[in-house]
Amino acid sequence: MATVLERVTKVIVDRLGVEENEVKLEASFTGDLGADSLDVVELVMELEDEFDMEISDEDAEGMSTVGDAVSYIEKKQA
Amino acid sequence: MSDLTGKTAIITGASRGIGAEIAKRFAQAGANVVVNYSGSQQKAEAVVEAINENGGKAIAVKANVADADAVKAMVDETMTTFGTVDILVNNAGITRDNLMMRMKDDEWDDVINTNLKGVFVCTKAVTRQMMKQRSGRIVNIASIVGVMGNAGQANYVASKAGVIGLTKTTARELASRGITANAVAPGFITTDMTDQLNEDIQKTMMSQIPLGRFGKPEEVAKAALFLASDEASYMTGQTLHLDGGMVM
Ligand SMILES: NC(=O)c1ccc[n+]([C@@H]2O[C@H](COP(=O)([O-])OP(=O)(O)OC[C@H]3O[C@@H](n4cnc5c(N)ncnc54)[C@H](OP(=O)(O)O)[C@@H]3O)[C@@H](O)[C@H]2O)c1
Repeated sequence: MATVLERVTKVIVDRLGVEENEVKLEASFTGDLGADSLDVVELVMELEDEFDMEISDEDAEGMSTVGDAVSYIEKKQA
Repeated sequence: MSDLTGKTAIITGASRGIGAEIAKRFAQAGANVVVNYSGSQQKAEAVVEAINENGGKAIAVKANVADADAVKAMVDETMTTFGTVDILVNNAGITRDNLMMRMKDDEWDDVINTNLKGVFVCTKAVTRQMMKQRSGRIVNIASIVGVMGNAGQANYVASKAGVIGLTKTTARELASRGITANAVAPGFITTDMTDQLNEDIQKTMMSQIPLGRFGKPEEVAKAALFLASDEASYMTGQTLHLDGGMVM
């Protein structure tokens, strides 16, 4: 079973067209990974589908890095 | 002819008037149609029946367009029944006319809620699916008075001018995802909405229409069909005036 980080990484690579090794925990979506604000909205939508969970708009606004997303999902799954 | 075969369209306020005509035209062009209404269940079901009798596919769904939960449920039902949402026509609209000096807060709020917030709520609700599909068509039914102003309709005019601005922003925000948004601004179209107007107002209106007659719902439906089809593929953020020449 893939880890949360692996699954998040796959979604990001598919959506943003970046290389896997660029997807580090501290990488920010808009700064480091070249996402625009609409990409971030889509990314959150795809994470919701991938992990079968709802991410509220307020929670989504608090996610700016890969690490933010991973720890949010891990906490919600626990 | 514009072809919508295999597409699914949600038409708000399709139980009567212009919306009912759009629903029938779209079904004729091959679309699966969601006939939305707020109160007139029987009329909505009659529209669905007429479509089914002609070999089309349609369902009637009740939802107040300004109620986000009800609209979300409508989009979910559309997805379960038809599997996609390709087209949204924001047509539901009401009038509560009064001179500004006499206009009550309620009259203002009701019209802004249904006509403007309703467009925002419905657009937001279908955007997720359209973004995933990387395609979609949004057609907003505004009004020519939103362009020219009209005494006695401060609330309605503000809502329709708002819809034209919202159309442009929707077009800009979603263009990169293959979604277009355009508006139709009808002039005086013969429906329940305009039948309420007294003869004097109708006469004054008529004198401002170069083509010398009121429009018909099917004339609006044809323009909506064009904007919803592939024929309008390079057009976004625009407002088509369908007003017999009132505004040029
Ligand atoms: N007629 C004209 O001359 C004219 C000119 C310019 C623009 N327009 C615009 O064209 C659109 C259609 O007008 P029309 O003349 O066909 O009006 P209409 O005959 O009065 O029909 C209005 C439709 O909107 C629905 N509706 C009203 N409030 C709703 C709500 N909160 N949620 C969902 N549905 C709602 C009604 O459903 P129920 O039957 O269930 O109440 C009905 O199906 C409107 O946006 C109007 O502003 C009309």
